Amino acid sequence: MADRTTSRGSFLKAVAAVVWKDVRAEFRSRELFSAMLVFSLLIILIFNFALELDLKTRQSVTAGVLWSTFAFAGTLGLNRSMAIEKDRGCLDGLLLAPVDRSAIYFGKVISNLAFMLIVELIVLPIYSLLYSVNLFQPGLLLVILLGSIGYAGVGTLLATMSVQTRTRDILLPILLFPVVIPVLLAAVKASSGVLGGADWEEILLPLNLLIAYDVIFIAVAFMVFENVVEE
Amino acid sequence: MIAVKKLVKRFGLKTVLRGVDFDVQPGEFVALLGPNGAGKTTFLRILASLSRPSLGEVNIAGYKLPHEAAQVRARLGVVSHLPLLYGDLTAEENLQFYARMYNLPNYELRITEVLEMVGLVARRRDLVRTFSRGMQQRLAIGRAVLHDPDVILFDEPYTGLDQDASAMLDDVLKAVAAQGRTVVMTSHDLARAEDLATRFDVLSRGVISASASRKELKRTNLLAFYKQALAG
Repeated sequence: MADRTTSRGSFLKAVAAVVWKDVRAEFRSRELFSAMLVFSLLIILIFNFALELDLKTRQSVTAGVLWSTFAFAGTLGLNRSMAIEKDRGCLDGLLLAPVDRSAIYFGKVISNLAFMLIVELIVLPIYSLLYSVNLFQPGLLLVILLGSIGYAGVGTLLATMSVQTRTRDILLPILLFPVVIPVLLAAVKASSGVLGGADWEEILLPLNLLIAYDVIFIAVAFMVFENVVEE
Repeated sequence: MIAVKKLVKRFGLKTVLRGVDFDVQPGEFVALLGPNGAGKTTFLRILASLSRPSLGEVNIAGYKLPHEAAQVRARLGVVSHLPLLYGDLTAEENLQFYARMYNLPNYELRITEVLEMVGLVARRRDLVRTFSRGMQQRLAIGRAVLHDPDVILFDEPYTGLDQDASAMLDDVLKAVAAQGRTVVMTSHDLARAEDLATRFDVLSRGVISASASRKELKRTNLLAFYKQALAG
Protein backbone atom coordinates (compact mmCIF):
# COMPACT_ATOMS: atom_id res chain seq x y z
CA MET A 1 0.00 0.00 0.00
CA ALA A 2 2.80 2.40 1.03
CA ASP A 3 4.72 1.42 -2.12
CA ARG A 4 1.73 2.20 -4.31
CA THR A 5 1.30 5.62 -2.63
CA THR A 6 5.02 6.43 -3.07
CA SER A 7 4.91 5.32 -6.68
CA ARG A 8 1.80 7.45 -7.32
CA GLY A 9 3.54 10.38 -5.59
CA SER A 10 6.65 10.08 -7.76
CA PHE A 11 4.45 9.71 -10.87
CA LEU A 12 2.63 12.96 -10.10
CA LYS A 13 5.91 14.69 -9.20
CA ALA A 14 7.37 13.63 -12.57
CA VAL A 15 4.27 14.93 -14.42
CA ALA A 16 4.57 18.24 -12.54
CA ALA A 17 8.34 18.40 -13.25
CA VAL A 18 7.80 18.02 -17.02
CA VAL A 19 5.11 20.74 -17.00
CA TRP A 20 7.32 23.05 -14.86
CA LYS A 21 10.25 22.54 -17.22
CA ASP A 22 8.19 23.22 -20.37
CA VAL A 23 6.53 26.33 -18.96
CA ARG A 24 9.82 27.70 -17.61
CA ALA A 25 11.69 27.15 -20.90
CA GLU A 26 8.81 28.55 -22.97
CA PHE A 27 8.46 31.58 -20.70
CA ARG A 28 12.08 32.37 -21.55
CA SER A 29 12.21 31.60 -25.28
CA ARG A 30 8.55 32.20 -26.30
CA GLU A 31 9.39 30.29 -29.51
CA LEU A 32 6.48 27.88 -29.48
CA PHE A 33 3.90 30.35 -28.21
CA SER A 34 4.77 33.17 -30.60
CA ALA A 35 4.87 30.82 -33.60
CA MET A 36 1.42 29.41 -32.76
CA LEU A 37 -0.10 32.81 -32.07
CA VAL A 38 1.23 34.55 -35.18
CA PHE A 39 0.23 31.59 -37.36
CA SER A 40 -3.30 31.56 -35.86
CA LEU A 41 -3.77 35.27 -36.47
CA LEU A 42 -2.53 34.93 -40.04
CA ILE A 43 -5.00 32.12 -40.75
CA ILE A 44 -7.87 34.17 -39.33
CA LEU A 45 -6.86 37.17 -41.43
CA ILE A 46 -6.57 35.05 -44.59
CA PHE A 47 -10.03 33.58 -44.00
CA ASN A 48 -11.33 37.09 -43.29
CA PHE A 49 -10.16 38.30 -46.70
CA ALA A 50 -11.01 35.09 -48.52
CA LEU A 51 -14.57 34.86 -47.20
CA GLU A 52 -16.02 38.23 -48.06
CA LEU A 53 -19.45 37.14 -46.96
CA ASP A 54 -22.46 38.71 -45.36
CA LEU A 55 -22.79 38.68 -41.58
CA LYS A 56 -25.12 35.65 -41.48
CA THR A 57 -22.84 33.50 -43.63
CA ARG A 58 -19.80 34.57 -41.60
CA GLN A 59 -21.51 33.37 -38.45
CA SER A 60 -22.33 30.04 -40.06
CA VAL A 61 -18.68 29.35 -41.01
CA THR A 62 -17.27 30.41 -37.62
CA ALA A 63 -16.94 26.89 -36.18
CA GLY A 64 -15.11 25.59 -39.26
CA VAL A 65 -12.73 28.55 -39.46
CA LEU A 66 -11.99 28.39 -35.72
CA TRP A 67 -11.19 24.69 -35.66
CA SER A 68 -9.12 24.88 -38.86
CA THR A 69 -7.10 27.63 -37.19
CA PHE A 70 -6.62 25.66 -33.97
CA ALA A 71 -5.70 22.47 -35.85
CA PHE A 72 -3.09 24.10 -38.12
CA ALA A 73 -1.54 26.20 -35.33
CA GLY A 74 -1.63 23.16 -33.03
CA THR A 75 0.66 21.15 -35.32
CA LEU A 76 3.25 23.94 -35.18
CA GLY A 77 3.16 23.87 -31.38
CA LEU A 78 3.31 20.07 -31.15
CA ASN A 79 6.22 19.86 -33.60
CA ARG A 80 8.20 22.52 -31.74
CA SER A 81 7.41 21.03 -28.34
CA MET A 82 8.87 17.64 -29.32
CA ALA A 83 11.73 19.10 -31.41
CA ILE A 84 12.99 20.77 -28.19
CA GLU A 85 13.12 17.31 -26.60
CA LYS A 86 15.03 15.84 -29.53
CA ASP A 87 17.53 18.61 -30.28
CA ARG A 88 20.04 18.00 -27.46
CA GLY A 89 19.01 14.40 -26.80
CA CYS A 90 16.68 15.56 -24.01
CA LEU A 91 14.08 12.89 -24.84
CA ASP A 92 16.67 10.28 -23.80
CA GLY A 93 17.22 12.27 -20.60
CA LEU A 94 13.48 12.03 -19.86
CA LEU A 95 13.36 8.32 -20.72
CA LEU A 96 16.29 7.61 -18.37
CA ALA A 97 14.30 8.83 -15.35
CA PRO A 98 13.13 5.98 -13.09
CA VAL A 99 9.43 6.75 -13.49
CA ASP A 100 6.60 5.20 -15.45
CA ARG A 101 7.08 6.66 -18.93
CA SER A 102 3.43 7.59 -19.19
CA ALA A 103 4.28 10.37 -16.67
CA ILE A 104 6.34 11.97 -19.45
CA TYR A 105 3.39 11.64 -21.84
CA PHE A 106 0.94 13.25 -19.42
CA GLY A 107 3.40 16.03 -18.58
CA LYS A 108 3.84 16.86 -22.27
CA VAL A 109 0.07 16.68 -22.92
CA ILE A 110 -0.64 19.12 -20.07
CA SER A 111 1.97 21.64 -21.23
CA ASN A 112 0.94 21.35 -24.90
CA LEU A 113 -2.69 21.77 -23.89
CA ALA A 114 -1.86 24.82 -21.74
CA PHE A 115 -0.03 26.52 -24.64
CA MET A 116 -2.92 25.72 -27.02
CA LEU A 117 -5.53 27.10 -24.61
CA ILE A 118 -3.59 30.33 -24.04
CA VAL A 119 -3.31 30.89 -27.81
CA GLU A 120 -7.03 30.09 -28.24
CA LEU A 121 -7.97 32.55 -25.49
CA ILE A 122 -6.06 35.30 -27.35
CA VAL A 123 -7.47 34.31 -30.74
CA LEU A 124 -11.13 34.30 -29.61
CA PRO A 125 -11.55 38.06 -28.92
CA ILE A 126 -9.67 38.96 -32.12
CA TYR A 127 -11.90 36.63 -34.10
CA SER A 128 -14.96 38.14 -32.40
CA LEU A 129 -13.89 41.61 -33.51
CA LEU A 130 -13.06 40.64 -37.10
CA TYR A 131 -16.14 38.50 -37.70
CA SER A 132 -18.62 40.31 -35.41
CA VAL A 133 -19.50 37.12 -33.54
CA ASN A 134 -19.71 36.73 -29.77
CA LEU A 135 -17.51 33.72 -28.99
CA PHE A 136 -17.42 34.12 -25.21
CA GLN A 137 -20.19 31.66 -24.47
CA PRO A 138 -19.70 29.04 -21.72
CA GLY A 139 -20.91 26.25 -24.04
CA LEU A 140 -18.37 27.13 -26.73
CA LEU A 141 -15.55 27.44 -24.18
CA LEU A 142 -16.41 23.93 -22.93
CA VAL A 143 -16.33 22.55 -26.50
CA ILE A 144 -12.98 24.26 -27.15
CA LEU A 145 -11.57 22.77 -23.93
CA LEU A 146 -12.75 19.24 -24.79
CA GLY A 147 -11.63 19.48 -28.42
CA SER A 148 -8.21 20.78 -27.38
CA ILE A 149 -7.78 17.94 -24.85
CA GLY A 150 -8.40 15.35 -27.58
CA TYR A 151 -6.15 17.17 -30.05
CA ALA A 152 -3.27 17.56 -27.57
CA GLY A 153 -3.73 13.97 -26.34
CA VAL A 154 -3.40 12.28 -29.71
CA GLY A 155 -1.08 14.98 -31.10
CA THR A 156 1.51 14.53 -28.35
CA LEU A 157 1.68 10.79 -29.02
CA LEU A 158 2.04 11.23 -32.79
CA ALA A 159 4.54 14.08 -32.39
CA THR A 160 6.65 11.76 -30.21
CA MET A 161 6.59 9.22 -33.04
CA SER A 162 7.25 11.67 -35.88
CA VAL A 163 10.06 13.54 -34.09
CA GLN A 164 12.17 10.38 -34.24
CA THR A 165 12.11 10.38 -38.05
CA ARG A 166 14.12 12.46 -40.53
CA THR A 167 10.95 14.01 -42.01
CA ARG A 168 9.53 15.07 -38.66
CA ASP A 169 8.22 18.49 -39.79
CA ILE A 170 6.08 17.14 -42.61
CA LEU A 171 5.20 13.79 -41.09
CA LEU A 172 3.21 15.07 -38.11
CA PRO A 173 0.32 16.71 -40.02
CA ILE A 174 0.15 13.72 -42.38
CA LEU A 175 -0.18 11.34 -39.41
CA LEU A 176 -2.23 13.60 -37.16
CA PHE A 177 -5.02 15.00 -39.33
CA PRO A 178 -6.56 11.66 -40.43
CA VAL A 179 -6.49 10.37 -36.84
CA VAL A 180 -7.86 13.55 -35.27
CA ILE A 181 -10.74 13.95 -37.77
CA PRO A 182 -13.35 12.42 -35.39
CA VAL A 183 -12.37 14.97 -32.70
CA LEU A 184 -12.49 17.87 -35.17
CA LEU A 185 -15.84 16.76 -36.64
CA ALA A 186 -17.45 16.45 -33.22
CA ALA A 187 -15.92 19.77 -32.11
CA VAL A 188 -17.15 21.62 -35.24
CA LYS A 189 -20.61 20.11 -34.91
CA ALA A 190 -20.88 21.01 -31.20
CA SER A 191 -19.45 24.52 -31.79
CA SER A 192 -21.92 25.17 -34.63
CA GLY A 193 -24.75 24.03 -32.38
CA VAL A 194 -23.72 26.36 -29.55
CA LEU A 195 -23.17 29.35 -31.86
CA GLY A 196 -26.41 28.71 -33.77
CA GLY A 197 -28.40 28.61 -30.52
CA ALA A 198 -29.43 24.96 -30.92
CA ASP A 199 -31.11 23.02 -28.08
CA TRP A 200 -28.82 21.27 -25.59
CA GLU A 201 -30.29 17.93 -26.66
CA GLU A 202 -28.95 18.56 -30.15
CA ILE A 203 -25.52 19.63 -28.86
CA LEU A 204 -25.29 16.77 -26.38
CA LEU A 205 -24.62 14.09 -29.02
CA PRO A 206 -21.43 15.67 -30.50
CA LEU A 207 -20.39 16.74 -27.00
CA ASN A 208 -20.68 13.16 -25.70
CA LEU A 209 -18.79 11.93 -28.77
CA LEU A 210 -16.05 14.46 -28.01
CA ILE A 211 -15.76 13.23 -24.43
CA ALA A 212 -15.68 9.60 -25.66
CA TYR A 213 -12.94 10.37 -28.21
CA ASP A 214 -10.90 12.20 -25.54
CA VAL A 215 -11.08 9.22 -23.20
CA ILE A 216 -10.33 6.66 -25.94
CA PHE A 217 -7.42 8.59 -27.46
CA ILE A 218 -5.78 9.33 -24.13
CA ALA A 219 -6.27 5.73 -22.90
CA VAL A 220 -4.72 4.32 -26.10
CA ALA A 221 -1.82 6.80 -25.95
CA PHE A 222 -1.24 5.90 -22.26
CA MET A 223 -1.02 2.21 -23.21
CA VAL A 224 1.27 2.54 -26.24
CA PHE A 225 3.54 5.45 -25.26
CA GLU A 226 6.27 3.23 -23.78
CA ASN A 227 6.45 1.18 -27.00
CA VAL A 228 6.53 4.32 -29.14
CA VAL A 229 9.52 5.83 -27.35
CA GLU A 230 11.57 2.65 -26.91
CA GLU A 231 13.60 1.34 -29.86
CA MET B 1 27.26 -5.42 -11.34
CA ILE B 2 26.52 -5.86 -15.07
CA ALA B 3 25.87 -9.31 -16.56
CA VAL B 4 24.95 -9.68 -20.23
CA LYS B 5 24.40 -13.11 -21.82
CA LYS B 6 23.97 -13.93 -25.51
CA LEU B 7 22.60 -10.47 -26.32
CA VAL B 8 21.20 -10.10 -29.83
CA LYS B 9 19.82 -6.87 -31.30
CA ARG B 10 18.17 -6.70 -34.70
CA PHE B 11 16.83 -3.67 -36.58
CA GLY B 12 14.57 -5.23 -39.22
CA LEU B 13 16.73 -7.64 -41.22
CA LYS B 14 20.00 -6.15 -39.95
CA THR B 15 21.59 -7.84 -36.94
CA VAL B 16 23.79 -5.36 -35.05
CA LEU B 17 24.67 -7.43 -31.97
CA ARG B 18 25.19 -11.17 -32.51
CA GLY B 19 25.34 -12.75 -29.06
CA VAL B 20 27.31 -10.40 -26.80
CA ASP B 21 28.56 -11.79 -23.46
CA PHE B 22 29.74 -9.06 -21.11
CA ASP B 23 30.38 -9.03 -17.34
CA VAL B 24 31.51 -6.09 -15.24
CA GLN B 25 32.46 -6.34 -11.55
CA PRO B 26 31.58 -3.55 -9.08
CA GLY B 27 34.11 -0.69 -9.26
CA GLU B 28 35.53 -1.71 -12.64
CA PHE B 29 36.12 0.92 -15.35
CA VAL B 30 35.65 -0.80 -18.70
CA ALA B 31 36.58 0.88 -21.97
CA LEU B 32 34.50 -0.54 -24.82
CA LEU B 33 36.43 -0.06 -28.03
CA GLY B 34 35.53 -0.78 -31.62
CA PRO B 35 35.26 0.70 -35.10
CA ASN B 36 32.33 2.87 -36.26
CA GLY B 37 29.22 0.77 -36.77
CA ALA B 38 30.38 -2.02 -34.47
CA GLY B 39 27.27 -1.58 -32.29
CA LYS B 40 28.83 0.17 -29.26
CA THR B 41 26.13 2.84 -28.99
CA THR B 42 23.36 0.26 -29.58
CA PHE B 43 24.87 -1.89 -26.80
CA LEU B 44 25.03 1.04 -24.38
CA ARG B 45 21.45 2.08 -25.24
CA ILE B 46 20.28 -1.43 -24.33
CA LEU B 47 22.16 -1.25 -21.01
CA ALA B 48 20.51 2.15 -20.42
CA SER B 49 17.03 0.65 -21.10
CA LEU B 50 16.55 3.04 -24.03
CA SER B 51 16.39 0.11 -26.45
CA ARG B 52 14.96 -3.40 -26.02
CA PRO B 53 17.12 -6.45 -26.68
CA SER B 54 15.83 -8.80 -29.41
CA LEU B 55 17.21 -11.84 -27.55
CA GLY B 56 19.42 -12.53 -24.54
CA GLU B 57 19.63 -11.55 -20.89
CA VAL B 58 20.71 -8.27 -19.33
CA ASN B 59 21.10 -7.87 -15.55
CA ILE B 60 22.23 -4.63 -13.92
CA ALA B 61 22.66 -4.24 -10.15
CA GLY B 62 20.57 -7.40 -9.68
CA TYR B 63 17.66 -6.20 -11.81
CA LYS B 64 16.61 -7.70 -15.10
CA LEU B 65 15.99 -5.69 -18.28
CA PRO B 66 13.53 -4.86 -19.74
CA HIS B 67 11.08 -5.99 -16.99
CA GLU B 68 12.70 -4.09 -14.11
CA ALA B 69 13.80 -1.10 -16.18
CA ALA B 70 12.68 1.56 -13.69
CA GLN B 71 14.78 -0.03 -10.89
CA VAL B 72 17.77 -0.22 -13.25
CA ARG B 73 17.37 3.42 -14.31
CA ALA B 74 17.39 4.55 -10.65
CA ARG B 75 20.91 3.05 -10.32
CA LEU B 76 22.22 4.23 -13.66
CA GLY B 77 23.76 7.45 -14.99
CA VAL B 78 24.28 8.04 -18.71
CA VAL B 79 26.50 10.55 -20.52
CA SER B 80 26.43 10.58 -24.32
CA HIS B 81 27.92 12.89 -26.94
CA LEU B 82 24.67 14.90 -26.66
CA PRO B 83 24.29 16.79 -23.36
CA LEU B 84 20.62 15.81 -22.62
CA LEU B 85 20.16 19.33 -21.22
CA TYR B 86 17.67 22.10 -22.02
CA GLY B 87 19.26 25.19 -23.58
CA ASP B 88 16.56 27.55 -22.31
CA LEU B 89 17.00 26.50 -18.68
CA THR B 90 19.91 27.52 -16.45
CA ALA B 91 22.43 24.95 -15.23
CA GLU B 92 20.73 24.94 -11.84
CA GLU B 93 17.22 24.61 -13.32
CA ASN B 94 18.32 21.67 -15.45
CA LEU B 95 19.61 19.88 -12.35
CA GLN B 96 16.46 20.83 -10.40
CA PHE B 97 14.35 19.32 -13.17
CA TYR B 98 16.28 16.04 -13.16
CA ALA B 99 16.29 15.93 -9.34
CA ARG B 100 12.47 16.08 -9.47
CA MET B 101 12.33 13.41 -12.15
CA TYR B 102 14.48 11.17 -9.92
CA ASN B 103 12.33 12.10 -6.89
CA LEU B 104 15.39 13.20 -4.85
CA PRO B 105 14.62 14.63 -1.39
CA ASN B 106 16.27 17.95 -0.35
CA TYR B 107 18.07 18.22 -3.67
CA GLU B 108 19.35 21.82 -3.38
CA LEU B 109 22.39 20.78 -1.34
CA ARG B 110 23.15 17.91 -3.72
CA ILE B 111 22.91 20.28 -6.73
CA THR B 112 25.50 22.60 -5.16
CA GLU B 113 27.79 19.59 -4.48
CA VAL B 114 27.51 18.42 -8.08
CA LEU B 115 28.09 21.92 -9.52
CA GLU B 116 31.21 22.21 -7.36
CA MET B 117 32.44 18.84 -8.60
CA VAL B 118 32.11 19.85 -12.26
CA GLY B 119 33.40 23.40 -11.63
CA LEU B 120 30.26 25.27 -12.65
CA VAL B 121 29.09 26.90 -9.40
CA ALA B 122 29.85 30.39 -10.71
CA ARG B 123 27.77 29.72 -13.85
CA ARG B 124 24.81 28.04 -12.09
CA ARG B 125 22.35 30.79 -13.08
CA ASP B 126 23.45 31.02 -16.72
CA LEU B 127 21.43 29.50 -19.54
CA VAL B 128 22.89 26.25 -20.85
CA ARG B 129 22.66 27.50 -24.45
CA THR B 130 25.34 30.08 -23.57
CA PHE B 131 27.75 27.34 -22.41
CA SER B 132 30.68 26.07 -24.47
CA ARG B 133 30.61 22.43 -25.58
CA GLY B 134 33.06 21.50 -22.81
CA MET B 135 30.96 23.18 -20.12
CA GLN B 136 27.82 21.46 -21.40
CA GLN B 137 29.59 18.12 -21.23
CA ARG B 138 30.75 18.77 -17.65
CA LEU B 139 27.20 19.70 -16.68
CA ALA B 140 25.99 16.54 -18.46
CA ILE B 141 28.25 14.53 -16.15
CA GLY B 142 26.81 16.44 -13.20
CA ARG B 143 23.33 15.49 -14.40
CA ALA B 144 24.35 11.84 -14.70
CA VAL B 145 25.77 11.59 -11.15
CA LEU B 146 23.10 13.77 -9.48
CA HIS B 147 21.21 10.76 -8.08
CA ASP B 148 24.47 9.05 -7.02
CA PRO B 149 24.18 6.04 -9.38
CA ASP B 150 26.13 2.78 -8.93
CA VAL B 151 26.76 2.42 -12.66
CA ILE B 152 27.71 5.12 -15.19
CA LEU B 153 27.67 4.67 -18.96
CA PHE B 154 29.73 7.08 -21.09
CA ASP B 155 29.10 7.03 -24.85
CA GLU B 156 31.90 8.88 -26.67
CA PRO B 157 32.07 11.65 -24.03
CA TYR B 158 35.01 13.39 -25.76
CA THR B 159 33.22 13.97 -29.09
CA GLY B 160 33.60 17.60 -30.21
CA LEU B 161 35.80 18.70 -27.29
CA ASP B 162 39.06 20.63 -27.75
CA GLN B 163 42.28 19.69 -25.89
CA ASP B 164 41.60 21.88 -22.84
CA ALA B 165 38.01 20.74 -22.49
CA SER B 166 39.11 17.09 -22.90
CA ALA B 167 41.74 17.49 -20.18
CA MET B 168 39.15 19.02 -17.87
CA LEU B 169 36.75 16.18 -18.65
CA ASP B 170 39.53 13.70 -17.76
CA ASP B 171 39.66 15.15 -14.24
CA VAL B 172 35.88 14.96 -13.85
CA LEU B 173 35.80 11.35 -15.13
CA LYS B 174 38.59 10.36 -12.73
CA ALA B 175 36.69 11.99 -9.85
CA VAL B 176 33.53 10.07 -10.83
CA ALA B 177 35.41 6.74 -11.10
CA ALA B 178 37.35 7.35 -7.87
CA GLN B 179 34.10 7.18 -5.91
CA GLY B 180 33.92 3.41 -6.51
CA ARG B 181 31.34 3.53 -9.28
CA THR B 182 31.19 0.96 -12.04
CA VAL B 183 31.90 2.65 -15.36
CA VAL B 184 31.50 1.53 -18.98
CA MET B 185 32.84 3.97 -21.57
CA THR B 186 32.88 3.76 -25.36
CA SER B 187 35.61 5.78 -27.01
CA HIS B 188 37.74 6.09 -30.14
CA ASP B 189 40.41 7.94 -28.15
CA LEU B 190 42.71 5.03 -27.22
CA ALA B 191 45.19 7.20 -25.29
CA ARG B 192 42.46 8.53 -22.99
CA ALA B 193 40.87 5.09 -22.61
CA GLU B 194 44.28 3.65 -21.66
CA ASP B 195 44.74 6.36 -19.05
CA LEU B 196 41.32 5.92 -17.43
CA ALA B 197 40.11 2.31 -17.75
CA THR B 198 40.97 -0.81 -15.76
CA ARG B 199 39.75 -3.17 -18.49
CA PHE B 200 39.55 -2.98 -22.28
CA ASP B 201 36.96 -4.85 -24.37
CA VAL B 202 36.78 -4.74 -28.15
CA LEU B 203 33.36 -4.96 -29.81
CA SER B 204 33.70 -6.01 -33.40
CA ARG B 205 31.26 -7.55 -35.89
CA GLY B 206 28.56 -7.66 -33.21
CA VAL B 207 30.48 -9.62 -30.54
CA ILE B 208 33.13 -8.92 -27.90
CA SER B 209 36.15 -10.15 -29.83
CA ALA B 210 38.82 -9.51 -27.18
CA SER B 211 39.14 -8.46 -23.56
CA ALA B 212 42.18 -7.55 -21.44
CA SER B 213 42.77 -6.02 -18.04
CA ARG B 214 45.26 -3.19 -17.47
CA LYS B 215 47.66 -5.73 -15.88
CA GLU B 216 47.48 -8.02 -18.91
CA LEU B 217 48.25 -5.11 -21.19
CA LYS B 218 51.55 -4.31 -19.48
CA ARG B 219 53.54 -6.35 -21.99
CA THR B 220 51.97 -4.66 -25.02
CA ASN B 221 50.25 -1.32 -25.64
CA LEU B 222 46.54 -0.72 -26.18
CA LEU B 223 46.90 0.15 -29.87
CA ALA B 224 48.64 -3.17 -30.65
CA PHE B 225 46.01 -5.08 -28.64
CA TYR B 226 43.20 -3.21 -30.44
CA LYS B 227 44.63 -3.85 -33.91
CA GLN B 228 45.17 -7.53 -33.09
CA ALA B 229 41.57 -7.84 -31.82
CA LEU B 230 40.16 -6.32 -35.02
CA ALA B 231 42.41 -8.46 -37.24
CA GLY B 232 41.39 -11.67 -35.46
